[in-house]
Amino acid sequence: MAAEKQPGELPTKAAWWRRPVFRSVVFQVLLVLGLVYVGNSLLNNTLYNLEQRGISTGFGFLGVEAGFGILQTLIDYQETDTFGRTFLVGLLNTLLVSFLGIFFATLIGFVMGVARLSRNWLIAKLAMVYIETFRNIPLLLQILFWYFIVLNKLPHPRQSLEMAETLFLNKRGLYLPAPLFESGFWMVWAALALAVAAVVFLARWTHARQARTGEQFHTFYVSLAILFGIPLLAYFAAGSPLSWEIPELKGFNFKGGLVVIPELAALLLALSIYTATFIAEAVRSGILAVSHGQTEAAFALGLRHGPTLRLIIIPQALRVIIPQLTSQYLNLTKNSSLATAVGYPDLVSVFAGTTLNQTGQAIEVIAMTMAVYLTISLSISLFMNWYNRKKQLVER
Amino acid sequence: MITKNGSLPDQPPPTNSIGVIGWLRRNLFASVLNTLLTFLALYIIYLGIVPAVNWVFVNSDWVGDSRDACSSGGACWVFIAARINLFMYGFYPEEGYWRINLAFAILVLLLVLLNIRQVPRRGWIAAFTLIGYPIIAFYLFYGGAFGLTVVDTHNWGGLSLTLILSGVGIVASLPIGVVLALGRNSQMPIVKAASIVFIEFWRGVPLITVLFMSSVMLPLFLPEGTSFDKLLRAMIGIVLFESAYMAEVVRGGLAAIPRGQYEAAKALGLNYWKSMTLIILPQALKLVIPGIVNTFIALFKDTTLVLIIGLFDLLTTIEAGFKHVSWLGFAVEGYVFAALIYWIFCFSMSRYSQNLERKLHTGHAR
Repeated sequence: MAAEKQPGELPTKAAWWRRPVFRSVVFQVLLVLGLVYVGNSLLNNTLYNLEQRGISTGFGFLGVEAGFGILQTLIDYQETDTFGRTFLVGLLNTLLVSFLGIFFATLIGFVMGVARLSRNWLIAKLAMVYIETFRNIPLLLQILFWYFIVLNKLPHPRQSLEMAETLFLNKRGLYLPAPLFESGFWMVWAALALAVAAVVFLARWTHARQARTGEQFHTFYVSLAILFGIPLLAYFAAGSPLSWEIPELKGFNFKGGLVVIPELAALLLALSIYTATFIAEAVRSGILAVSHGQTEAAFALGLRHGPTLRLIIIPQALRVIIPQLTSQYLNLTKNSSLATAVGYPDLVSVFAGTTLNQTGQAIEVIAMTMAVYLTISLSISLFMNWYNRKKQLVER
Repeated sequence: MITKNGSLPDQPPPTNSIGVIGWLRRNLFASVLNTLLTFLALYIIYLGIVPAVNWVFVNSDWVGDSRDACSSGGACWVFIAARINLFMYGFYPEEGYWRINLAFAILVLLLVLLNIRQVPRRGWIAAFTLIGYPIIAFYLFYGGAFGLTVVDTHNWGGLSLTLILSGVGIVASLPIGVVLALGRNSQMPIVKAASIVFIEFWRGVPLITVLFMSSVMLPLFLPEGTSFDKLLRAMIGIVLFESAYMAEVVRGGLAAIPRGQYEAAKALGLNYWKSMTLIILPQALKLVIPGIVNTFIALFKDTTLVLIIGLFDLLTTIEAGFKHVSWLGFAVEGYVFAALIYWIFCFSMSRYSQNLERKLHTGHAR
């Protein structure tokens, strides 16, 4: 033992099987062997089971005719199209509801987050009640409630609620006029692209000029004028190449126009109201995380209220808000899979539901579905990591 | 005010800046915009509250035993009262209700004990709650020992099934989550990579696909002849899914422990497992209790998804209740009742976790 050692004697090295390097190698080799064994036996079991049930493996089923209709399709789709096409239709529907949901959730969330901090006691409490109510009720329950209770109470098509004879709301959905782009409309798109490029250029130029001379420029209003002015000019120059298709009541339902089906509406309402509560909390915590001294310092420097908010508070609050915001966006996208409960034809409902049942290709279908969500979530987390690195507080 | 003869006593503040009026002026009518907002808010409250109160209380029916008792046009709480056993216990045989009640009573007792500071040996109680109690609860629910008759899992349902699913999900995912979190922080590249892949995979997919997978694909993965019941398959899916989230929560706790603690453990000559179990994990796990409670809240809400694979949790039994012929058309009452139950559970847990966060925060302020 150590006590018997002579002073100055070097400690003996640990035995080779007690050294950390050796142990870590052995442990990892064992782990790999274990994983390979488990994976292999799962694979064998699966292949055997599939053979027993007479299910062929592979992605050949994607080329087979699907033979079922889909409630809402963003791209052209017929019953005679393939199962592969149903995947695409479902994917696009998922992306549609996610984008719209993210838009509305952000809108409601920011308003509610700021309202929660309002100096008006009543407004702050109302926002609190909203947040605490909706975030503690399961999303699925909210979706079902909107779909089966609220939207179900809407009138039949013949007694539709209408606005200015162009918007109609009834049990079958919300009917909006659809834009019809005519041949010359590409000019407007081109003008829009040009305007965006001009604004980017303008912003750079004014920034550089301010750095050089200290002179400020009304970038915001000028950019607004450019963004709206140039496309508008192009629109009239091309001879107003846009018309609207107004929905009309024909027989028992409306024809033409854009329609927001109730399944989409219910899902969207529930998703955005539910996610907005979390976004509101993120916004609130972000704003509270900026210490009051920052505001005071900005005022002391002579900045007015607007620039203080824009240049001092918001950039620092965003550092806290954005990571939480992205993870909420991710949650919203994943939660949109609850569409299957009300029959909105999203990826899970169409592909992992109907297509799986029709083809029986459980493994391929579930794997493809999971791969889609994984891709979305991994790309968002890559973005997050990049953003965090970029915005990390650089301290001394 | 200071005068020749010392200072005069302070004047009282103006009446419009103190008391009720002062409060109103400061908080509701501070400016024109503020006043407008106040009236807007009052209007919104009026629009929402009046019909709700009328529906829930004024025009509602509370007593009776069939749908004929509901005639006043408001909410029909008779429906809830008549089917409450279904909503709480599912299809569990009536003579066995005491078993469920007993199991939850023990749990409540343990939780109360755990939250009283004066109780001695709370560590042992916590260990018993996590390890011993689930075994007792299993025998109480399932039976098959101590003279209790076996109640098959397809008879389980209602709120008790919701609580079982979320309880099992949390308790079983905690140890897996700890191991994964340690793995992700490990120096060994293969262990680290395996943990990251596992965690990111389960966190990247929606729970519903996991449930689909566990109900459709799990039977394919296992050797022929092994069959699982539906509840167990759902539980496996939930535990795998939840352990990835738990791992991230625990990792947050590990990251919050100052590096000095790791170094001190090393300097004492503790090996990896000893330094983890004796120094790091006790501190890290204490830090992440609020995070664990938050995960539990999320899981509690997510258990509603088992509706889609046909298990009878609280929401599903309520749906089954108002789809039954004798109570058709009381969907609103059903959904409101479900929402109320979920809300009470989630809200009280989130308050608890906020409370805990405040209490635990003080010890680590530097």
